[in-house]
Amino acid sequence: MNILEVKDASFAYEETKNIFEDINLTVAEGDVVCILGPNGCGKTTLIKCLNKLLELKEGAVYINGKNIKAVDQREIARNIGYIPQGHVPTFAFSVLDVVLMGRAPHLDFFETLGKKDYKIAENALKKFGLYELRDKPYTTLSGGEQQLVFFARVIAQEPHMLILDEPTSHLDFGNQLKTLDTISKLAEDGLSVIMTSHYPDHAFISSNKVAIMKDHKFMDMGKPDDVITRENLEKAYGIHVEIVDVGYNRKICVPLRTVEETEIISFKS
Amino acid sequence: MSALKSLKRRLSVKGNTRTWSVNTILIILPVVLFFLSFLIGRYPLTPVEVVMTIFAKIFPSLQVSATATTIVWEIRLPRIVAAILVGAALSVAGAAFQGTFKNPLVSPDILGVSAGAGFGAAVAILFVGVTLITQVSAFIWGMVAVTLTYIIGRSIKSSPILGMVLSGMAIGSLFGALVSLCKYMADPFEKLPQIVYWLMGSISSVDNSEVFIASIPIILGITILFLLRWRLNILAMGDEEAQSLGIETQKLRLIIICCCTLITAAAVSISGIIGWVGLVIPHISRILVGPDHKNLLPATICLGASFLLLVDNVSRTILITEVPIGILTALIGAPFFLYLLRRGQGKWV
Repeated sequence: MNILEVKDASFAYEETKNIFEDINLTVAEGDVVCILGPNGCGKTTLIKCLNKLLELKEGAVYINGKNIKAVDQREIARNIGYIPQGHVPTFAFSVLDVVLMGRAPHLDFFETLGKKDYKIAENALKKFGLYELRDKPYTTLSGGEQQLVFFARVIAQEPHMLILDEPTSHLDFGNQLKTLDTISKLAEDGLSVIMTSHYPDHAFISSNKVAIMKDHKFMDMGKPDDVITRENLEKAYGIHVEIVDVGYNRKICVPLRTVEETEIISFKS
Repeated sequence: MSALKSLKRRLSVKGNTRTWSVNTILIILPVVLFFLSFLIGRYPLTPVEVVMTIFAKIFPSLQVSATATTIVWEIRLPRIVAAILVGAALSVAGAAFQGTFKNPLVSPDILGVSAGAGFGAAVAILFVGVTLITQVSAFIWGMVAVTLTYIIGRSIKSSPILGMVLSGMAIGSLFGALVSLCKYMADPFEKLPQIVYWLMGSISSVDNSEVFIASIPIILGITILFLLRWRLNILAMGDEEAQSLGIETQKLRLIIICCCTLITAAAVSISGIIGWVGLVIPHISRILVGPDHKNLLPATICLGASFLLLVDNVSRTILITEVPIGILTALIGAPFFLYLLRRGQGKWV
């Protein structure tokens, strides 16, 4: 059963210029979909349309078969959790308070948090090893720990699907892999994930489906091994890339040189 | 009652003694100040006289002097209740606005309510000069100013928060200019001092019925904000995150703005413009109980009420002629805030 389905979607901030168009995508239970593409190609805009933070110009998004146009924000939030990129804190809420926010879609307008909500939030904290930090201001944590706080919040939200906007950016080498590991584990528990990324390598590690976005459209979509190819990456990013199998069941992408550089070299020779 | 409930919940979450003592003090402080304030004033009353006078309402058989009854019930009570209401109202509105606009520098008049109310009062003083009309006019023009700000600010789609704060500043200075115009046109011997005095803020001449009327919107607004206070946490994380957590941010923000405007306009209509309270009490409360609005709002209510009551007591005892409370709030509040700022090193923000 498809959890999420995007049909012929397009979006524009202004009437004339489409940010993206003709986007089709299906996400099944346990799928991890990675959307790659150069800066400014519309990845973030696209995923914001999936949980109605923005509204499509044409086409439709279906959650569990229902068009999200007819679904209110609260019900969407019960189905889809979202971790934005580049959170700017205003107040130094405690880690527990941040995670408790995930309970909002399960409460009525004037309802306040109950025992059950605290229990769920505390379990989410334990799951990510944050329980000891629960009374600390989340603003004082490291980038990696903050990312985990947002993961805990999204788990307390109990959705069926996660949307992650560049979950590995701003993280160090180790935390990037730890985050991808977290994503894989959540997928094994049955959560579907859609994420954007700047690293084709990361798609090899955690995704079973990759889409490359270029010139407002999906240039290619499918299994990582089929989509992340030298030709596709050259077209998408304008650079020459070598894809190397390093053993351990892992492939990596090595950027070699820009296409312009290559032209100069071939011109000289 | 609800403050007690929140205290209990807080205790059950973390049973730490500092939290416990801070909460106890926050609840007891306004109650103690309330009773002490009856003893302060030019006509000396003993605690026994005050207690007797109060009980005489319930047990008419008690013998009390007519003077004491008038002073307690007609002069001191409305003033004390007004200080509590206005202090709590401005502080809660300040805290709610700071959360809603994701900005700790915001005060309740950010959307122009005080400037609008000031204009309403100035016009009423200029052309009518009846207290009740002045109050009603201040209340209505305060609401008008915020409505204008909201409509203009909301039309700026790309950034509604910034749009609203900026148009609030513009509307504020527009009404500020209109107030100046009223002052300029006013008769300098009769009307002008009245306008100036109103703008300084004072609760020295309120009576019971005024306080009662103003208390209705104030209590209504505070109750709704109180019920929604946890949601302010989420709104303070930014629109996009709040929406992804299922909050209809436009609707929630509108409700909060309505409540804050209602209570601020009602408070200002009986007290005139009292600055500083709405900005600084939320900060002091944050130092004491942290930024979580579940605890912050009850704390601002207790602290705001206590603070303004204390300042009003000072204002009626410090000099032979009364010092307008609007002047004293900053004179007393600013040094105290600076002291806390230095001590806390701004850690709570």
